[in-house]
Amino acid sequence: MPALPLRRQRNLAGRTMLLLAGGAALCALLPLGFIGWIAIETGWQTALALIWRPRVGELLANTLLLEICTLPPAILLALALAWLTERSDMPGASFLSWLTVAPLAVPAFVQSYAWVSLFPRFHGLPAAALVSVLAYLPFLYLPVAAQMRRLDPELEHAAASLGQSPARIVLRVVLPQLRLAVCGGGLLVGLHLLAEYGLYAMIRFDTFTTAIIDQFQSSYNGPAANMLAGVLVLSCAGLIGLEWLLRGHARYARIGSGAPRPAPRRKLGRWRLPALALPLALASLGLGVPALTLSRWLMAGGDASWQQGALAAAMATTLGYAAAGALAAVAAALPMAWLSVRAPSRATRFLESCHSYPGALPGVVVALALVTVTVRIALPLYQTVATVVLAYVLMLLPRALVGLRAGIAQVPIELERAAASLGRNPARTLLAVTLPLAAPGIAAAMALVAMGVATELTATLLLAPNGTRTLATEFWALTSELDYAKAAPYAVLMILLSLPMTALLHAQARKTLNA
Amino acid sequence: MTRLVLSGLSKRYGATAALDAVSLAVERGSRVAIVGPSGSGKTTLLRVVAGFEAPDAGTVVLDGQVLADGPAIAPAHRRRIGFVAQDGALFPHLDVAGNLGFGLERDEPDRARRLRELIDLVELDPAMLSRKPHELSGGQQQRVALARALARKPALMLLDEPFSALDTGLRESVRESVTRVLAKAGVTTIMVTHDQGEALSFADQLAVMRGGRLVQAGRPYEVYWRPVDIETALLLGNAVVLDATIEAVGVSCVLGRLAAETGGRSGRARIMLRPEQFRLSLAGPGPQAVIEDIDFRGGQCAVTLLMVRDGAETRFTAHVPSMDLPELGSAVFVSVNGAALLLGRTG
Ligand SMILES: Nc1ncnc2c1ncn2[C@@H]1O[C@H](COP(=O)(O)OP(=O)(O)OP(=O)(O)O)[C@@H](O)[C@H]1O
Ligand SMILES: [Mg+2]
Repeated sequence: MPALPLRRQRNLAGRTMLLLAGGAALCALLPLGFIGWIAIETGWQTALALIWRPRVGELLANTLLLEICTLPPAILLALALAWLTERSDMPGASFLSWLTVAPLAVPAFVQSYAWVSLFPRFHGLPAAALVSVLAYLPFLYLPVAAQMRRLDPELEHAAASLGQSPARIVLRVVLPQLRLAVCGGGLLVGLHLLAEYGLYAMIRFDTFTTAIIDQFQSSYNGPAANMLAGVLVLSCAGLIGLEWLLRGHARYARIGSGAPRPAPRRKLGRWRLPALALPLALASLGLGVPALTLSRWLMAGGDASWQQGALAAAMATTLGYAAAGALAAVAAALPMAWLSVRAPSRATRFLESCHSYPGALPGVVVALALVTVTVRIALPLYQTVATVVLAYVLMLLPRALVGLRAGIAQVPIELERAAASLGRNPARTLLAVTLPLAAPGIAAAMALVAMGVATELTATLLLAPNGTRTLATEFWALTSELDYAKAAPYAVLMILLSLPMTALLHAQARKTLNA
Repeated sequence: MTRLVLSGLSKRYGATAALDAVSLAVERGSRVAIVGPSGSGKTTLLRVVAGFEAPDAGTVVLDGQVLADGPAIAPAHRRRIGFVAQDGALFPHLDVAGNLGFGLERDEPDRARRLRELIDLVELDPAMLSRKPHELSGGQQQRVALARALARKPALMLLDEPFSALDTGLRESVRESVTRVLAKAGVTTIMVTHDQGEALSFADQLAVMRGGRLVQAGRPYEVYWRPVDIETALLLGNAVVLDATIEAVGVSCVLGRLAAETGGRSGRARIMLRPEQFRLSLAGPGPQAVIEDIDFRGGQCAVTLLMVRDGAETRFTAHVPSMDLPELGSAVFVSVNGAALLLGRTG
């Protein structure tokens, strides 16, 4: 046997990844830097004058009311639906579970379009709260149902054997275990309520986000819009802090070995059929109303509404942006995902939170940050494709990261070592082991990002080059002109593009249970 | 001829010294078991030998071929060293045939026959070749992992707690079958294990690690009966430690005079006896003790004895055959078989 060459391991891969992840984290810090910078630049006096206005108070009140009117009912509904679909013998439970998640495929602003065009006088807080519940309920239902399935029935049996009544078991054993899921889902919904533009603009309910965009569109990048963005970010931070407090610091883990037995389903007896009313009623509101409106407008518009040349062009543009956004976001998140799975440390955890926090930032803040930076520092980049794609990357970085992490976690380092000990060099190991195992996760991450881009409205409106028409912006333009019939095909295409994402999210939520 | 030589291997992770100047020579075709408490560096040692990790200092030489010299190392994929991890690490996207054939050359002639041979070697049903890893039991997965590593006819096989994921009944049968396979293949093997019984029965050579250091290596009989210190003794089984005075020949303690190699030491010392060295009888010889407790374990019993001498109480446990055992509470005579071991002054 020829003598083997000896080499120092320089861990090039690890260092490169650290460098790249650091770069991505720096980019991701841009919006935060923007907020800090405007706070400093504006100065106390001006900032106070801009913030201490009745208008801001009004917006704050609106935002609070919206959160208060949306979150509690959404949480109660999610708990009830999750219990019915996961723990009761309600007929067709798994189909109804799909039905409950399906409204995710209807972009929020399409949901409100459906309601507004059906009931033209449907406005204000009640309308906003109703449509928000319908549009965002799945974000709560998914984690709560997942946790509900994962609950170890043995704990409930143990509580029963300790003399607890069924009602007390729910209160003392089941609900505490659902707390993390409820808090996490509630935070997600709460942040969406703060960030959403289209839904509330359509329904004419003023929030910070709608006010910022009005301000921006009327006076461009005034300090007023920036200050509102600052207050919006503070609201987000407040929400996150609240969730952190409510979540508590307990971790609920299963103690002991072996997979938990699936929980037995509760017999509903004569309530079995009446129980169907709840999921069916929600489905008819969240899916039936959009279906009804859309088919009505499609029929009214006839074939002509499908034959607009603009429709095909917008579809092509949307697909292009979606592909570019997905590739860029996944490429940007890949080093971080690799580090957090393969080399977790305090430093990588810090970098990871730099990657994740933009997920909590409203799109409008990211967009304003990029507008400000490009206008002041890199004017040639203002309103270019590159800037829009950067906005998508920042907004969807957390989503890409989560998906990629799951994909890379499918390839424990032991498998690569096994391949090496079986004589495969690193390149062939990558091809034969790492890629085949990680590919589904990477593909899923790309699909999730692409579908997020396909229905993105706020940042696209603010950043896209003049004359850019995506499905979302074109739909928006048409509904602003009250041309509901012409807008319908755009809505249908967006729903079709979102369907795979909905299926993917639902499947993922189920899969985490088997893991 | 010596096959594998490790000398002065050291490896630090931050402040922990995972390996601290470990030296070990392994004969061709022999089986080495490494035991040691959790965190003592066993896995790190295997990883360094396999080439997954570079040592900070020290060398790894296999058959005259230098594989590691300080941080300069030969790549793992060119070492021809087999590695079986705790959970087998089978490739989940490949079936059993794909896993077994993973290390074979693409153009290997008679691939199908080789696969048959391998699956026979580990005593599995050839019908399993088309199964995916998740369709196998834990024991079957472990045997496939072993066959996969053997497929390349490695010069050295490393097993890191290969049976710890299996439950007791299965564990024994898989271990026996694996030992048979390894003997048949005649591969030099190093196995890490937490199970003392496993280590003692498997090994030609037993190596004990603690805190990154290799504290003792030798034949299992040697290490069991002449451990370098009390921690090593306790790692491999129970032990009774008594105070004793060193005499001209042997030692004397509460149990009377005992044979022992004193190595020229004198004065007071501590001695160690294995619980199975004690003999209990109703007639003597030996000092008397009272049976305080009997823990029945089938063929053997653990008997707790209380001995009072000069007002001082001494309690210790003896392992004796459970047949014809005296009653609880009765007084028995205790004698000692074989020699006592003098512990070092620090031990
Ligand atoms: N990759 C690593 N990074 C940091 N520290 C490590 C790493 N691997 C091992 N260590 C540390 O090195 C020491 C030895 O670890 P090692 O895994 O070799 O122990 P072990 O004897 O195999 O233990 P066990 O019996 O629990 O498997 C431990 O203190 C461990 O925490
Ligand atoms: Mg180990």
